[in-house]
Amino acid sequence: MGSIRLEGIRKAFGSTTVIPGVDLDIEDGTFVVFVGPSGCGKSTLLRLIAGLEDVSGGRIIIDGKDVASLPAAKRGLSMVFQSYALYPHMTVRSNIGFGLKMAGRPRDEVKRKVDAVSEVLNLSALLDRKPGELSGGQRQRVAIGRAIVREPKAFLFDEPLSNLDAALRVQMRLEIARLQKSLATTTVYVTHDQVEAMTLADKIVVLNAGRVEQVGAPLELYTSPANLFVAGFIGSPRMNFVSGDLAAQLGATTIGIRPEHMLVSRDGPGWRGTVAAAEHLGSDTFLYIDVPKTDGITARAVGELGLKPGDDVRLAPDPARTHRFDAQGHAVRARNVS
Amino acid sequence: MARRASVTRTATITVVAWLAGFVVFFPILWMVLTSFKTELEAFSMPPKFLLFKWTTENYAVVQERSDYLAHVWNSVAIAFGSVLVSMLIAIPAAWAMAFAPTERTRGTLLWMLSTKMMPPVGVLVPIYLIYRDLGLLDTRLGLIALLCLGNLPIVVWMLYTYFKEIPQGILEASRMDGIGPVREVIFVLAPMALPGIASTILLNVILAWNEAFWTLNLTTSKAAPLTAFIASYSSPEGLFWAKLSAASTLAIAPILVLGWLSQRQLVRGLTFGAVK
Repeated sequence: MGSIRLEGIRKAFGSTTVIPGVDLDIEDGTFVVFVGPSGCGKSTLLRLIAGLEDVSGGRIIIDGKDVASLPAAKRGLSMVFQSYALYPHMTVRSNIGFGLKMAGRPRDEVKRKVDAVSEVLNLSALLDRKPGELSGGQRQRVAIGRAIVREPKAFLFDEPLSNLDAALRVQMRLEIARLQKSLATTTVYVTHDQVEAMTLADKIVVLNAGRVEQVGAPLELYTSPANLFVAGFIGSPRMNFVSGDLAAQLGATTIGIRPEHMLVSRDGPGWRGTVAAAEHLGSDTFLYIDVPKTDGITARAVGELGLKPGDDVRLAPDPARTHRFDAQGHAVRARNVS
Repeated sequence: MARRASVTRTATITVVAWLAGFVVFFPILWMVLTSFKTELEAFSMPPKFLLFKWTTENYAVVQERSDYLAHVWNSVAIAFGSVLVSMLIAIPAAWAMAFAPTERTRGTLLWMLSTKMMPPVGVLVPIYLIYRDLGLLDTRLGLIALLCLGNLPIVVWMLYTYFKEIPQGILEASRMDGIGPVREVIFVLAPMALPGIASTILLNVILAWNEAFWTLNLTTSKAAPLTAFIASYSSPEGLFWAKLSAASTLAIAPILVLGWLSQRQLVRGLTFGAVK
């Protein structure tokens, strides 16, 4: 069991307020990802849940009990750190079993659990090594083993994959997803990488400057972002924003169109533009197009297009997938365009 | 050509280094040599370096006149006792300062160090009176307390510096593993900071062992350590150089052996964190 509820969580370091007030419900067994640009307070929020930082105000309720004043050791959570933070003076076996041993569990039980966890994580052959003798991916697996062996109420992951190379990151991402599904333990995962967020999460929490911008399932954030920030943050390449006349025609202060929702043609309908740059990736072509009255538009065309810089093109935004925002940057939901 | 130049250079550096080493070591060598001379030869001009009549008579006299082992025991008790107590206070203190600093941590550290800037003689009279009233004069307990407090700033500073080198994440990981502060220090921090803790202990044993001002002023006989044993040979009846040297040699022997055995650990600890 592990439901986590944040009520009016505030955090200030001296006179600097990092988190002005966060309310959030994390249901038991869900995989929640905190995502946002660096300095948005996502790691701080995770450390507040963990108990590694003290809250300046608000309540943290785990399984119905307010733990905000409990030390980290008594909250029954476990955490995987970006730096792995393995005990350098202990073997892999001791690293994984340390928490159980300190909790006074019988030796044969510790051994059985450590063996079972290392089996799952492919660590059985490495149990007698010290962390210094392991590769980055192996260290990461030991850190995960240490977290799961204690059967905590929830796992907390603090950017666990950012020290790994790209290929290993994809592999570990899949492993974490598979592991979480099989254990069905509540997981809070912090990352600045929106691909990790989109692929892992049941629910994404987008944070900006210590505030929750939007909470929702990955595709929900993609299809109906609540505001300009979420619209710009989720999706790659970034959503195009256009304001001024073109937006006013649609009854909005700003309109947003994703690069993949833009039909590119040589002489079809739509806005007139000139190709500034073209990136041919084989499966896709990313076009950077200069369009009058905009800051430039990015468009994604499937397949290989014979377009090169200097070519004139027409851009037709898909009207059903055009996002409209008001002067405050909030999404305008009504679809009926006058 | 280049190779020859470098050989000359190496040779020069080697000779200079040996000379410097010899100069530094000379007083100790001279003390040991003097301890094997007769009192007459100890004074002779020009001084005799190796060609004198070697005798162990001074050691016999020193042993006869005063109870060397009783002084050794006092020194051991005072040095190790004060270091043990100061470690028990300093490890939690340095842990708190290194891993949970406040705005005043820096100031506290400097304030602690500032107490070492005052000449001890400035507080001799008040401390003497307090010790007299508390009945702590000439007791091992009194000296343990005083040397512990005197060395505490250095101990805390050294440990603080070593602890700062330990990644905080590892301590946080142990907290997430459900481990309380006491066991965090014993099972996680201490093993990682072992070289630093060891060199702090060694350096402070040496400091406490050689401390002369307080040990001479606050003891008479019962708790008198080796410093008092040496001092007893520069007495109103006159200086006995050879016997004084013999006593000094005996006094530094234990700590010299300890330092020699632990020199690798000591050097490793003192340069700990210098190269990553």
